[in-house]
Amino acid sequence: MLGGVAHGLAVHLGLPVRWVRLAFVLLFFAQGIGALLYAAFWFVVPIGIGEPSQRGGTHWVNVNGVYVPTSPWLRPGTPLTKPRGGWIGRLRVLLQHALQGEPVMAAPAVGDDAEAGKRPAAKTGQGGIGQLAALVMVVIGLIALLNVLGWQTAKPYTWPLLAIGVGVALVWRQADDSRWQRWFGIEEGERRRGAYTRVGAGVLLAVAGTIALLAMQGSGSTLGSVIEASIAVLAGVLVLLGPYGLRLWQDLGAERTARIRAQERAEIAAHIHDSVLHTLTLIQRRAEDPKEVLRLARSQERELRLWLYRPEAAAESAPDTMAETLRAAVAEVEDRHGVPVELVIVGDCPMDEGIAAQMQAAREATVNAAKYGGGGPVQVYAEVEGRTVSVFVRDHGPGFDPDTVPEDRMGVRESIIGRMKRHGGTARVRPAAGGGTEVELEMERTND
Amino acid sequence: MTEAAPERTARVVLVDDHRMFRTGVRAEIGRTEVTGIDVVGEADDVDSAVRVVAETRPDVVLLDVHLPGGGGVEVLRRSVGVMGEQGGVKFLALSVSDAAEDVIGVIRGGARGYVTKTITGTDLVDAIFRIADGDAVFSPRLAGFVLDAFAATDTPPVDEDLDRLTQREREVLRLIARGYAYKEIAKQLFISVKTVESHVSAVLRKLQLSNRHELTRWATARRLV
Repeated sequence: MLGGVAHGLAVHLGLPVRWVRLAFVLLFFAQGIGALLYAAFWFVVPIGIGEPSQRGGTHWVNVNGVYVPTSPWLRPGTPLTKPRGGWIGRLRVLLQHALQGEPVMAAPAVGDDAEAGKRPAAKTGQGGIGQLAALVMVVIGLIALLNVLGWQTAKPYTWPLLAIGVGVALVWRQADDSRWQRWFGIEEGERRRGAYTRVGAGVLLAVAGTIALLAMQGSGSTLGSVIEASIAVLAGVLVLLGPYGLRLWQDLGAERTARIRAQERAEIAAHIHDSVLHTLTLIQRRAEDPKEVLRLARSQERELRLWLYRPEAAAESAPDTMAETLRAAVAEVEDRHGVPVELVIVGDCPMDEGIAAQMQAAREATVNAAKYGGGGPVQVYAEVEGRTVSVFVRDHGPGFDPDTVPEDRMGVRESIIGRMKRHGGTARVRPAAGGGTEVELEMERTND
Repeated sequence: MTEAAPERTARVVLVDDHRMFRTGVRAEIGRTEVTGIDVVGEADDVDSAVRVVAETRPDVVLLDVHLPGGGGVEVLRRSVGVMGEQGGVKFLALSVSDAAEDVIGVIRGGARGYVTKTITGTDLVDAIFRIADGDAVFSPRLAGFVLDAFAATDTPPVDEDLDRLTQREREVLRLIARGYAYKEIAKQLFISVKTVESHVSAVLRKLQLSNRHELTRWATARRLV
């Protein structure tokens, strides 16, 4: 009822939930053993029961992501969950959340939160009436127990023990694996505060129980001195263990920092390994081919620089200005063809459709210049002047006459001249004044 | 210009902290009977550079921008005494870097030109003689940089005579940026090489004199400084 223990047990044993609950209630009357058992199971038995399933002859049920064997009583596909309804369901969910440290308004999102969102629903069981009856039974049982204990001086330890038990249970519940992580991890303050509150309450309960237990040894009159003594002992323990605790805490912090640093180092090492070391190996293998070595070194240098000095967003996202786009295109051509390209850019503007086409044409022209320009440096000059964007690509090769190119060769005609025309720009290919070829691309920009 | 070189010579000092690079440059341009360039000294840091320049009084110093002991700018600052309009030592910055800060720094410091280390031997010899003659030499990258800098400051025409580039200077710079040599520019614009050179010198003068704040701001805005 409270922690879904009966349900979990029922699933595990393959018995109807009702039977298990009944057994608990009956045991409860036997000097409260039922309550202690329940508490024990609470932090021993994993909660969060999923759908049962059948795998290879055995029956399994998903408990917190782990499949445990169950009896064939539960048929695969038997719905264990029903939508929770009524105020009693909500009350129970609230209670459960308060005790187990889950956010009340858990959004069934991802990971743990989704799990938390599912959990209450999984324990809803048979629905409103039966639960209400069971709850009433438990309350009646509690009252009965109280009455019995109230007059029974032979068992004076029950209440303090119960208090200690609940306190310990609270703390342990809080401190189970996933919560440890959350507790020490970076978390929003609210959940953390909740955790502290619960742990504090648990500790308080346990301490109060212990003091009560001690007080019962003597008569009520010595209670004051017992509390004093307890506080003195606690203070002594704190004084003794305080420095160690503090030291432990600092060590934990230092260890964490070191781990983060190590992670960073590992990431850098991984990147260097993936890129630089591979390139160096390639360079060693191709040492006799200076052009290829140059190309490899160049591309590697560029990549490493980009990775080291550019903000992440800039490195990952596609370039969105003319200058960046052209730089990237030129760098790529330079790498691929191993020909140095001198790039000069004057001004910049945001990309638009026409400029994009122009940049593609410029890239094509640069490729041509790199391929047929005689291996010398290629000059690319781009300028934004008012609304006009001009790009000049020049090589110092043997020259090139567009009229002598056969009709079926589409490189210059389509991917440079045609492309520019289609987007409302102009392209001219002509011999440069001092030898070589120059391609001139002009485009009006349409962006702001 | 190599064909005209043997008749005249230029005395050159190499300043670079990499010995391999100095050796390479010397091998490339140092054969006086072919190139007309006589390498009279080498230096590998600021102190030795200042000393060697003062002792040898070369026509042109090929100055690396990044040097131990303060960089090329520091060499220029301490060599102001030997610079001069006529017959003084001229500095040509030669660097792998084409960052705005380096470029602006050495030009302000008094260097007459700026070329990057990707330059070919022939072009370098050519540039050295231009510098020796009192002209300015820009690499395409520097031309683009200047265009960009002036484009950014062109809008408010405050002291326009001093600051703004003329249409012709702009054209010249644009052609340099497009990878044209001075000769090719002259051919393209139907002007003489001398006119091209005077345009470039005018640009250099404007770069040195004006718009310091604007240029600094421009460079800072682009995180080049």
